[in-house]
Amino acid sequence: MITAKLLSGGGPLRWLLLAIGIVVALALPWMIYPPVATDILAWGLFAVALDLLLGYTGLLSFGHAAFWGSSAYTTGLIAIHTGLPFYVAVLGGALLAALLALPIGYLAVRRTGIYFAMVTLAFAQLIYFLANQWRSVTGGENGLQGIPRNLFGADLSDSFYFYYAALPVIVLGLWAAWRIVHSPFGRVLVAIRENPARARAFGYSVDRYKILVFVLSAFLAGVAGGVYAVSHGFASLQEVYWTTSGKVVVMTVLGGMGTLWGGLLGALIVVQLEDYLATAGIDANGFVTGAIFVLTVLLFRRGIWGTIAGLVASRGRRAARPGPPGEPGGPDQPGGPGEPGELERSAQAG
Amino acid sequence: MESLLQQIFTGLVSGSFFALLALGLSVIFGMLGVVNFAHGAFYMLGAFGAVMALDALGLSFWLALVVVPLVLGGLGMLLERTLVRRLTRLDPLYNFLLTFGLALILQDLVRLKYGVSSQPYQRPSQLQGSFDLGLFNYPRYQVFVLVFSVLVSVAVWVVLSRTRVGMIVRASTERPELTGALGINVGRWVTPVFGFGVALAALAGVLAAPMRAVNSGMGGDLIIVIFAVVVIGGLGSVFGSVAAGYLIGMLTAVGNYYVPALSQSLVFLLMALVLLLRPAGLFGREEGVS
Repeated sequence: MITAKLLSGGGPLRWLLLAIGIVVALALPWMIYPPVATDILAWGLFAVALDLLLGYTGLLSFGHAAFWGSSAYTTGLIAIHTGLPFYVAVLGGALLAALLALPIGYLAVRRTGIYFAMVTLAFAQLIYFLANQWRSVTGGENGLQGIPRNLFGADLSDSFYFYYAALPVIVLGLWAAWRIVHSPFGRVLVAIRENPARARAFGYSVDRYKILVFVLSAFLAGVAGGVYAVSHGFASLQEVYWTTSGKVVVMTVLGGMGTLWGGLLGALIVVQLEDYLATAGIDANGFVTGAIFVLTVLLFRRGIWGTIAGLVASRGRRAARPGPPGEPGGPDQPGGPGEPGELERSAQAG
Repeated sequence: MESLLQQIFTGLVSGSFFALLALGLSVIFGMLGVVNFAHGAFYMLGAFGAVMALDALGLSFWLALVVVPLVLGGLGMLLERTLVRRLTRLDPLYNFLLTFGLALILQDLVRLKYGVSSQPYQRPSQLQGSFDLGLFNYPRYQVFVLVFSVLVSVAVWVVLSRTRVGMIVRASTERPELTGALGINVGRWVTPVFGFGVALAALAGVLAAPMRAVNSGMGGDLIIVIFAVVVIGGLGSVFGSVAAGYLIGMLTAVGNYYVPALSQSLVFLLMALVLLLRPAGLFGREEGVS
């Protein structure tokens, strides 16, 4: 019974997962090359931020590079020109990303379904062209170089220490995402994903909710992009290019849409894989990312986290069956509110 | 004035590519409900197909114009049968992601083989030199592209609106269940229509080979512009996507003439404007309850 309860995703499992997460987060730069570990943090938060839209609201933003990248540039500019602690610079970058998300979100939510993906992609490309053209500020194709790692005079030149300086920022971002999902606001988002018409009938202003979550997601993507820029010491056009938008989508989908923490797993795998390929001298990132996309979508639509959570839940149910009748499985399924299965073709498909 | 007219003409020529690509995208979307992200990759493969056909087989431009779209249309049908079909019952997002993955794979394969530098491709001898268009001289090849793309668009329109095949395709697009209930095998048309859309992209690619830089990245940025074009035109409407293609080609050229700094951004700004004023697109129908 105890194991059944543990596996059904009730309290104990949650604490166990949290403990594992903390240990892994603290031990990561000992296990892998510290700059790569910081990359995993940044991409992980980016993927989690995207999941707020994709998994919880059912909106595929294919233009999140706009927010990650614009924050990377802004963070870099603030850090270079003011010398303020990089926390402030990242906050500034994320605020700009959120500000940018307001008009883009306002326009994008006017279309639904697959159109939303195309529209966000197109707006991100607009940001890319602007960044490319505004050479005096962004450095054009050379990128913005020499972003310092300021922190009250602490010496963070060693990436090992920078990882621990960046970790609280990322954790704060992850906590914010978790809070959003488990708030009444988050439940409304799931209701919108499941049935927008019904959500509207209940009196929720669907578009306003969508815009708000779009802005919040862009803010978190901006936090991630800012940390990434400081960690690398430069921001390049790559950060606002559509391949970056695609990369974060693959992380979220591979980890599991609508699982929130799946994005961390997706980021871990994709970043590690790219690092491995780069070290091995194999130059085929596009091919590998594409192959992950194709395989995940065809064979593995619930993603890693979703599949594991599904297995655990079904085992828990099976084990719990002989127990007292009338006791439904815990309200908190491991997958979070509204167990995400596959997105079936629904009325909302525009 | 003359140079403005010349700009407009140039815009119509680049609009030809927008129109052909948007047309293929629109036909596929109508029949399958799939937004084919790999459309740009097929355009790129069309151009490389022309290069390869010449280098390896000695096929002329004119033969390539027929053979390459047929071969790539076949590849498209194969991909529809083996991959796309598995996901058509699910949310369209999955096929969007699948075709995005395919686009990355195709693009990277070509890059690994040919690198990032552009491949040279000669204009066919009949189309070298220029035409005197009254007010200005214009390269023959560009005039050919414009005329040819208009002819293809009109032909597709005639087939869709005047023939039995077109009637079935239009009916299956609008009311698949009802069409099936009338005894028409809707599923039979899915694969050919997908192949046809891909063939149109390949055709645009072959047309691009003699006048554009032929490299692995040529389709990646273009497909995003095409997405903006179909959002402006209304993806459900075949006429709308073609019209929007030419219109946007022209407007970008005129914009480029007056405000060169905005040349690449203009199409996206237009999209923003259309979303603001007429979210369903210029020629699109309003979506149902979203």
